[in-house]
Amino acid sequence: MTFALRPTRRLYAHLSTSNFVQCRTIKKEHTLKNGGWERVIPAFRSVCGEDGVSLGEAVREQHGRDESVHRCRPPDVVVWPRSVEEVSALAKICHHHHLHIIPFGTGTGLEGGVGALKGGVCFSLRNMDRVLDLHQEDFDVSVEPGVTRKGLNSYLRDTGLWFPVDPGADASLCGMAATSASGTNAVRYGTMRENVLNLEVVLADGSIIHTAGRGRRPRKTSAGYNLTNLFVGSEGTLGVITKTTLRLYGVPEAMVSAVCTFPSVQAAVDSTVQVLQTGVPIARIEFLDDVMIDACNSFNSLSYPVAPTLFLEFHGTEKSLEEQVTVTEEITQANGGSDFSWARDAETRGRLWKARHDAWYAALALRPGCKAYSTDVCVPLSRLPQIIVETKEDLMLNGLTGPIAGHVGDGNFHCIMVMDPNDQDEVIRVHEFTERLASSVSLML
Amino acid sequence: MSRVLVGVKRVIDYAVKIRVKPDHSGVVTDGVKHSMNPFCEIAVEEAVKLKEKKFIKEVVAVSCGPTQVTETIRTALAMGCDRGIHVEVSGKDYEAMGPLQISKIFAALAKKEEASLVILGKQAIDDDCNQTGQMTAALLDWPQGTFASEVTIDGEKVKVVREIDGGLETIKISMPAVLTADLRLNTPRYATLPNIMKAKKKKIATMKPADLGVDMVSRVEVLRVDEPPTRLAGVKVETVDDLVAKLKANGTI
Repeated sequence: MTFALRPTRRLYAHLSTSNFVQCRTIKKEHTLKNGGWERVIPAFRSVCGEDGVSLGEAVREQHGRDESVHRCRPPDVVVWPRSVEEVSALAKICHHHHLHIIPFGTGTGLEGGVGALKGGVCFSLRNMDRVLDLHQEDFDVSVEPGVTRKGLNSYLRDTGLWFPVDPGADASLCGMAATSASGTNAVRYGTMRENVLNLEVVLADGSIIHTAGRGRRPRKTSAGYNLTNLFVGSEGTLGVITKTTLRLYGVPEAMVSAVCTFPSVQAAVDSTVQVLQTGVPIARIEFLDDVMIDACNSFNSLSYPVAPTLFLEFHGTEKSLEEQVTVTEEITQANGGSDFSWARDAETRGRLWKARHDAWYAALALRPGCKAYSTDVCVPLSRLPQIIVETKEDLMLNGLTGPIAGHVGDGNFHCIMVMDPNDQDEVIRVHEFTERLASSVSLML
Repeated sequence: MSRVLVGVKRVIDYAVKIRVKPDHSGVVTDGVKHSMNPFCEIAVEEAVKLKEKKFIKEVVAVSCGPTQVTETIRTALAMGCDRGIHVEVSGKDYEAMGPLQISKIFAALAKKEEASLVILGKQAIDDDCNQTGQMTAALLDWPQGTFASEVTIDGEKVKVVREIDGGLETIKISMPAVLTADLRLNTPRYATLPNIMKAKKKKIATMKPADLGVDMVSRVEVLRVDEPPTRLAGVKVETVDDLVAKLKANGTI
């Protein structure tokens, strides 16, 4: 079901600005524009203080890129507000002068979300880093944008509570809300969409709103429009998130991790479907294809069989874990799975999962000097074997390097395109591939 | 069998940005997040592990200070300690409290509770003293295994692998003994909700230093606390000659 598309003119125009070259020199016309900035910069300083505004080239470049392959697009100025009132005051100034606002959390995104494509003012929110209003018995907490996922879990370590959404990076929680982050734990705990109870947002004109009402943190509601979920995933295009109220969970009593190899992608996905159908509350179920496992073996000096593999993690009480592991092992064996190994203690579990955690770097290491361009596809579970098999055929046919890793419990996989950004032909082929992938997915019902 | 005493100290949480009080008498502690000293967490974990392996029968968590330290004792109980002892010290005595007073308290308790092992963190992250374990051992005239990165019980003896500047040193000491935990000894477990709930029912006994015959008088007086000096901006020069001239000018060469 794959199509061979000829590159369209739009595609060529897109590529001619050589998107994949890192940070080019800042041209004069991108920096201070005629006159206008001279009024605005002092206004910013009067809000954030002298130290709270920077025009430095290095600082702007730092705030113009994230972890993605997209080139640096620096803003014209970076400001560091210290409170929601300062964010609002800055937004009002920007609104008055028609300046673009780019919110910046930790810069750990993989989608180029912080690039100031038309210049503008970067609101770096890292100085707003308080954990507010922890309600242990209600399982909720509010945090400012400077608080990261690991920072919050460290803060909570004495309470027996944690925030399980784990997109990989130690990202800002408000940033995770803005991008509707998901990750390996989504199959059991959900994504940000299911776990954000309320947001405090500063809109483009400086108005401060609370999407579920000021100070509200009900676990569920049927009242009013779901504004919270409008802003979750809005990628910073609708406002600056200055506070997020999150749903917390109890730390699992025990965890068990397991790895299992399969003779085919179909067998691995069939096992996944059956595990979910039996009602095993699996916490993580990750798929790595043979190319990815090979990369991981080389990168970490491991010796997993080079074949489609599932990495699993179970959370629960000691007794429930025994049951979960037994049921899952039976299912994997019935589907031709082999080499089922599992680990209980933190150290061995860490080693088992290291392969999966280092997947991105392992993929990059396949071709040193290359960049990685991540794709993100989600299809109904029953269509997953088909799309993965077709994708792998397409990759082979077109000589592309694309190891696959996926959150198979959600029907989601990433094909990590490893490519040489200076090889224009390869760049074009990768782009065509992603367009074909998108078409295939859109045809899946 | 045996009983282990574990010391836990309530300190400002490691993630907090410390600020000095305007009067330079100390650091700001009001309204600041406090938690168990990370090395004490490692000490508790080791004691609980020894109990799980059936080398010891009972783990007693001890903390000295005002009422708030009972929170820290409860965390230790949630991690698996059996009971707690809160030695009440408050006000001026608490502010002046240091390793000497604590070690006198622990020495007295170790004798009273007939402990086979006293396990402490190697140092606290607020004062960085690294003295309490050593002083306690000296007062009791017990052997000490400090900076432990591995502890193995072998009959009536303990094999301790110590982290030292040159690498690792392995010693064998007889029990009763004092051990202090270093970073790589173990990874402390998280307290889970069910264990936190169970911990609420465990007993914490309260006593005063006087009950143990300990005098809290300190011979150390803190005169002043200052922040480290602010880092000055670097100076950029255009050429190597400029660099040499500047270095000569400020007397470096």
